[in-house]
Amino acid sequence: MKNHGLIALQNVFKTYQLGESTIHAINSVSLAIEKGEFVAVIGPSGSGKSTLMHICSLLDNPSSGTITFEGVDTTNFSEEQLAHIRNQKVGFVFQQFNLLPRTSALENVQLPLLYTDITRHERQQRARDMLAGVGLGDRLNNTPSQLSGGQQQRVAIARALINNPEVIFADEPTGNLDTKSGREIMDLMTDLHREGKTIVLVTHESEVAAFAKRIISMRDGKIVSDRKDGKKVHLKNKGGGR
Amino acid sequence: MKFNLRNVTRVALRALVTNKTRSTLTTLGIIIGVMAVILLVSFGSGLEKMITQQFEDLGTNLLFVMPGKFQFRDSREGGPPGVASNKLTQKDAERVARKVQTVEATLPITTTNATITYRGEETSTFIIGSTEQYETFRKSPVMSGKWFGKKDVDSGKRVAVAGMTVVEDLFGTKDPIGEKVSISGKKYQIIGVLESKGATFGNDQDDQLIIPISTLRQQFNIDKLSYFYVRVHEGADLEASMREIREVLGQRLEENEFSVLNSQELLSTFQNILGTITAALGGIAAISLLVGGIGIMNIMLVSVTERTREIGLRKAVGATPKTILFQFLMEAVILSLLGGIIGTLLGVLIGAIANNFLPVNTPLWAVLVAFGVSAAVGIIFGVYPARRAARLSPIEALRYE
Repeated sequence: MKNHGLIALQNVFKTYQLGESTIHAINSVSLAIEKGEFVAVIGPSGSGKSTLMHICSLLDNPSSGTITFEGVDTTNFSEEQLAHIRNQKVGFVFQQFNLLPRTSALENVQLPLLYTDITRHERQQRARDMLAGVGLGDRLNNTPSQLSGGQQQRVAIARALINNPEVIFADEPTGNLDTKSGREIMDLMTDLHREGKTIVLVTHESEVAAFAKRIISMRDGKIVSDRKDGKKVHLKNKGGGR
Repeated sequence: MKFNLRNVTRVALRALVTNKTRSTLTTLGIIIGVMAVILLVSFGSGLEKMITQQFEDLGTNLLFVMPGKFQFRDSREGGPPGVASNKLTQKDAERVARKVQTVEATLPITTTNATITYRGEETSTFIIGSTEQYETFRKSPVMSGKWFGKKDVDSGKRVAVAGMTVVEDLFGTKDPIGEKVSISGKKYQIIGVLESKGATFGNDQDDQLIIPISTLRQQFNIDKLSYFYVRVHEGADLEASMREIREVLGQRLEENEFSVLNSQELLSTFQNILGTITAALGGIAAISLLVGGIGIMNIMLVSVTERTREIGLRKAVGATPKTILFQFLMEAVILSLLGGIIGTLLGVLIGAIANNFLPVNTPLWAVLVAFGVSAAVGIIFGVYPARRAARLSPIEALRYE
């Protein structure tokens, strides 16, 4: 099953009905992401890169096609099962940070652990460690409004890491940050990649994408190029039989 | 898949504390509703208890004879007739006392309203004309002076026994015994002051003046009785006595011109009426509880909309629809239960304070019902907003601006 990779998409479509016309946000995409990869998905707005990320991260269901996560077909999974996978295996970093307002950094970071059986004491301990890991060990009790944009995004990264996930999905993580803070966030991402985390990054900035080892570029819902270390990636979608 | 009640409760509490003003105001709706239910039911129940007590004080061997046909079910039909059709006289009361062997005594009562004056002070009060036996029949002793006697009644003397309220209105702190007051122009001597009986819901039992029935008849020219009491010998068969009384009265009056009632029947009639009033009051108060519930639903809907992104985020990081449902339901239930607890405490407390002026009796069932209903209100009005939250799609919720 290993040859399936961490996440595999097979002939995935995502369609929306917009009045009379049908929009293919994702148009027949097949793709495999291996464990430990650092992938950037680039493309102009409306190219379907965010939708692709939502589908890969099991936040959204495809209209057709299959998604395998760690070799398991998730097509017939219930919302509870998908939530459980997201909780245990996936970390999210958003452009808007999406931290809970009027809530301390420490509590924000603990959020994913509220949906596990981990005790309060351990939750706090782990959240402290995570915040220290992103360099915010002295900002535990600050609320988002008391933190800079870069600091807020680091809190969000700590939150994404707290469940020790297999993969981190980052949707335009630097989109709301100045160049310096953006650079710091990307350095953090690179460190995480070096530590062995799988990272999937969505961006429209080529400088940001340049941090990744593999760049998938999208246009009109299709993958137009997929290069790893400068070489074309061939999808081995016939390889792993059922 | 994980569902942890402690975490759900903690998250719900946090959200409520974060919006203190909003939570407080929403709870206030439930507090007022629960308090209103408890207070109104307590007043109704207290009144019923007091009236029951008064009937019990009168004794079970007491009967009432009233003019007209008394209907138990619907008092709009029949009921006490006007002066014109009232044919009950003191002669009837005397004949019952004389002819029915089981009857120990009868007490005729004629009432009217009159203005009393004393040296420029003036008050309007309830005048009761009766005999000297009123004292024992109604267990109404004097606290100073004395009751009028049989001689006074026989001779139609202008003497009066006054209730506390009348005394206070006319004399203030001055001793009224021996003073002369003017009742509708005629001078009466106050010879006694009654022991205070307190008030029954707007009906001050001390706002009355008792004079010999013969005197009242002469001055006000009323020869009909408002009603009369019959006391039956201890141990006598009440039903048989009532039959005999009806026979004796029937010799002179038509069947629909009088009613003979025993205190149990009268009591159950009052209890019926009061039960209805209590239920109606409780029902009106329950409307305010309903309004409070709608307030909770309203604020929860606002909260769900406002926190759409939060819901999206929670779902993204692993909250299941069920967890979200319970989180929002928990918020609604905490609000309404808190309102229920505070409302109950306030209701019972205010009831206990009001008990000093009004008959208040807070029944345990009212407390339990108010409490239970407030919890139910939280669940009923919390389910819809919570379901909305639970059904939000995580990406759409995250995109919500």
